[in-house]
Amino acid sequence: MLEFPRWKYALILLVMLASTLYALPNLYPQDPSVQITANRGFAIDAALRGRVDAALKDAGVQSKAIDAEADSMLVRLPSLEAQTAANDALRTALGEDYVVALSLASTVPDWLGWFGARPMVQGLDLQGGVHFVLQVDQKVALDKRIESYLEDARVILRDKRIRYTAVERRADNGVVVTLAEGEDVAAAQKALATALSARGSANALPGAGLSYQTSGNQIVIGLPQAELDQIAGEAIEQNLTTLRNRVAEVLGKASEPVIQRQGNDRVVVQLPGVQDTAEAKRLIGATATLEFRAVVEGNAADAVASGRIPPEAKVYQLREGRGPVLLNKRVLASGDEMVNARVGVDNNGLPAVDVTLNNVAGQRMFDYTSANVGKLMSVVYIERVPTVSMVDGKEVRSVRVREEALAPTRIAGVFGKNFQTTGLEKSEAENLARLLRAGSLAAPMDFVEERVVGPSLGAENVARGTKAVVYSFIFALAFFLIYYRMFGLITCIALLLNLVMVVAVMSLFGATMTLPGFAGLALTIGMSVDANVLINERIREELRAGVPPQASIATGYDKASGTIFDSNMTALLAGVFLYAFGTGPLQGFAVTMVIGILTSVFTAVTVSRGIATLIYGGRRKLKSLPI
Amino acid sequence: MKLFPLHLVPNDTSIDFMRLRWVSIAVAVILAVVALGAIAFKGFNFALDFTGGTVVELRFQAPPDVDGVRSRLEAAGYGSAQVQTFGTGSDLLVRLQPREDAGTAAAASEASNRTAQDVVRLASTEGNAATVMRSEFVGPQVGKELAMNGLYTLLCVVAGFLIYIAMRFEWKFAVAAILTTLHDVLICAGFFALTGREFDLTILAGLLSVMGFSINDTIVVFDRVRENFRSLRVEPVEVLNRSVNQTLSRTIITSFVAFLTVLALYLYGGGSLEGMAISQMIGIVIGTISSIFVACPLLTIGFMKVTKQDLMPKAKDVEALARRP
Repeated sequence: MLEFPRWKYALILLVMLASTLYALPNLYPQDPSVQITANRGFAIDAALRGRVDAALKDAGVQSKAIDAEADSMLVRLPSLEAQTAANDALRTALGEDYVVALSLASTVPDWLGWFGARPMVQGLDLQGGVHFVLQVDQKVALDKRIESYLEDARVILRDKRIRYTAVERRADNGVVVTLAEGEDVAAAQKALATALSARGSANALPGAGLSYQTSGNQIVIGLPQAELDQIAGEAIEQNLTTLRNRVAEVLGKASEPVIQRQGNDRVVVQLPGVQDTAEAKRLIGATATLEFRAVVEGNAADAVASGRIPPEAKVYQLREGRGPVLLNKRVLASGDEMVNARVGVDNNGLPAVDVTLNNVAGQRMFDYTSANVGKLMSVVYIERVPTVSMVDGKEVRSVRVREEALAPTRIAGVFGKNFQTTGLEKSEAENLARLLRAGSLAAPMDFVEERVVGPSLGAENVARGTKAVVYSFIFALAFFLIYYRMFGLITCIALLLNLVMVVAVMSLFGATMTLPGFAGLALTIGMSVDANVLINERIREELRAGVPPQASIATGYDKASGTIFDSNMTALLAGVFLYAFGTGPLQGFAVTMVIGILTSVFTAVTVSRGIATLIYGGRRKLKSLPI
Repeated sequence: MKLFPLHLVPNDTSIDFMRLRWVSIAVAVILAVVALGAIAFKGFNFALDFTGGTVVELRFQAPPDVDGVRSRLEAAGYGSAQVQTFGTGSDLLVRLQPREDAGTAAAASEASNRTAQDVVRLASTEGNAATVMRSEFVGPQVGKELAMNGLYTLLCVVAGFLIYIAMRFEWKFAVAAILTTLHDVLICAGFFALTGREFDLTILAGLLSVMGFSINDTIVVFDRVRENFRSLRVEPVEVLNRSVNQTLSRTIITSFVAFLTVLALYLYGGGSLEGMAISQMIGIVIGTISSIFVACPLLTIGFMKVTKQDLMPKAKDVEALARRP
């Protein structure tokens, strides 16, 4: 009657062990630390270590440990104050050669990492940092693209010697081409369609989705919704890429910034550890551009060493420290003349990058390539980051310009506004397309939401949240132990396991913990109590009805199960909808609540029953139950 | 009398809750009307999550002079600034409504950046400097969206509950459960309108969890009602009465423990969780009372009156019965 299959015991044991293992990393506190990453041309070496030690000593900061890794150095510090002091000192001492950023370093031992165990992700309200939501002005991106279509249509008609009276934009974002009297409308449409839509082999080129209609002497080029969506989507993706590059450049990768798309026209930027909003905003507002330049032949390294640089050339450094390169001073095309760049395939089906320029630049490119097939060409990537430094107590604003050349590619044939860069690996192609696009923001962005949490408040929130959860747990435990005695103890074990399971599941899936998340955890305890109370009350009822103890336990569990399922289902519904419509911290609340409800059904129904059976299942002469 | 088992509620109570049904429903209606009135005439004190604007949380070295800070802000042109203490005595919360002349979002954001710095400068005094613990700026558009999302969540949850309960029970139960739950949420919300406490996103989440909790309580009672309707041969009112009495102990114990856990949240969770904890504490108390006094009486009134037929096994259950030996 009161039986429990062995495999369920095994399952419970397994779940207990796994939960403990995956919840464990959360017990290790994170060290406030300062991360140093090298800019191009500088190394993480013993010399840097010496400079860091000296700088810290000068500032009177005692570090806990300094770990040097392959591409970064981590200075662990005992407190948040020391972290701030060390950050300031190192920034001044290392200057522009290294990127110095605040971070929180894990102290989780390696062996836990082997199982993939890691602590929960902390939301900004627990970690401190800035949270921005930016609105992308899609209209600008759309205008840009439509302008380029207008321009293209005019050039195509001129080239084909088809006379037109007007090429205009319509209110619904279409383009109307009005031809002069007596021109062949069908021929003109064909010419436009061939030139605008069917460029190259790649079907993903812009313009592929255009539709054409003729009426009288007019040709209406329509932009279907799919095309508009694509333009909007590309604009936001481009902005995301740009932001990611910039943030990675300035903060390093250690601080785990979050830069995500939200809906159709928003970008969320979360920078943990960053406190200075003004600085973060400047970082986001930085501009970058690129220039296509011809490579000047000759050995660049020799030229630099001897100082004999050809008069038409300028020395640039190649990206990733691959040495210098000589490039022509004349710019073939610049970033604002580039319409698009994306990954496609070449004639052999290999990865390539398709670049589209506007007509003016296309003509220039055509003229140049006509005369220079087989020569090399390169792209220079220029970034302007506004910086502010304090000189004599005054803010001095300046712009830091960083220029670097991408690896040169050979001009395989004559091309104009559309061309392909081939001979790339897939990842290289993606990288190049991204860099090209990252040249500038596709559309301007406005800040629509901004939240800054100081690091000390973050730490306070963690302490408060933990304290609240611990006390709510203690309150519940105390009540159960007194009220239900032995079964209260069983309930307590089930509750404890439930708590560990929630933490483990959240850590395992990388869910974000927030301050409301702690509230969700406390509430989970409150709600999972319900299932246990239902069971215990049922058992009492059965006992009162004169049912023998073991049968009471069995029927109590059986009868309560249906009710538990129903009542939890509704709470689950509320949690799921809250997650679907909620944002940020609220989602943290919903996540903990939903996970808590799911695990509480398991712990209350299966685990507590297992324990009860273990204790009372084997006793033959059981007269009463301590419940 | 034996000490164990302990009882918060004596065994086998037989309180005639149904006799009180008109009184309890009248009280519930009056409470709901008061809450509605408070919401309609006084309105919520919406936080910047919904209205947009700027909030700066400041920490001082020593407890600051709130009026002094307010007057200094006023003198500098921040007439609409609300200054209140927050958590411990040395923390202040300064709320600024978005300026009408903000124009574009970019300008508004730039302004918010300036205001945060301004506020720190103005609030600090010689020897009692303020530091920014947290500052938030929400654009008016975002605020509107957050509010709309909150509304959608509420509607979806209500619809989801209705469908689920109608499926698992019977439509009369679904309607009664939803009415009871909405009544609880309404009173909770009314409390916030009446007291003028700031209504922010966490309170909205609190209200939604109150819905979950309240419906949970009601469902446990209804579950018992269903069971008893099938097994007892007595009048519907008597069935309802017995069901409430049988689940009374469970209802009160669960609510008591849940209240304790939320109380811990209120006591130790700090200022940002205070509102949420309050909404849940009120919700738990009201939810418990209404599941005892309101939910079942609703099932005896007018078109909502349940009969044995409503809960007798339906066609497919009959088939299942027929198949039994």
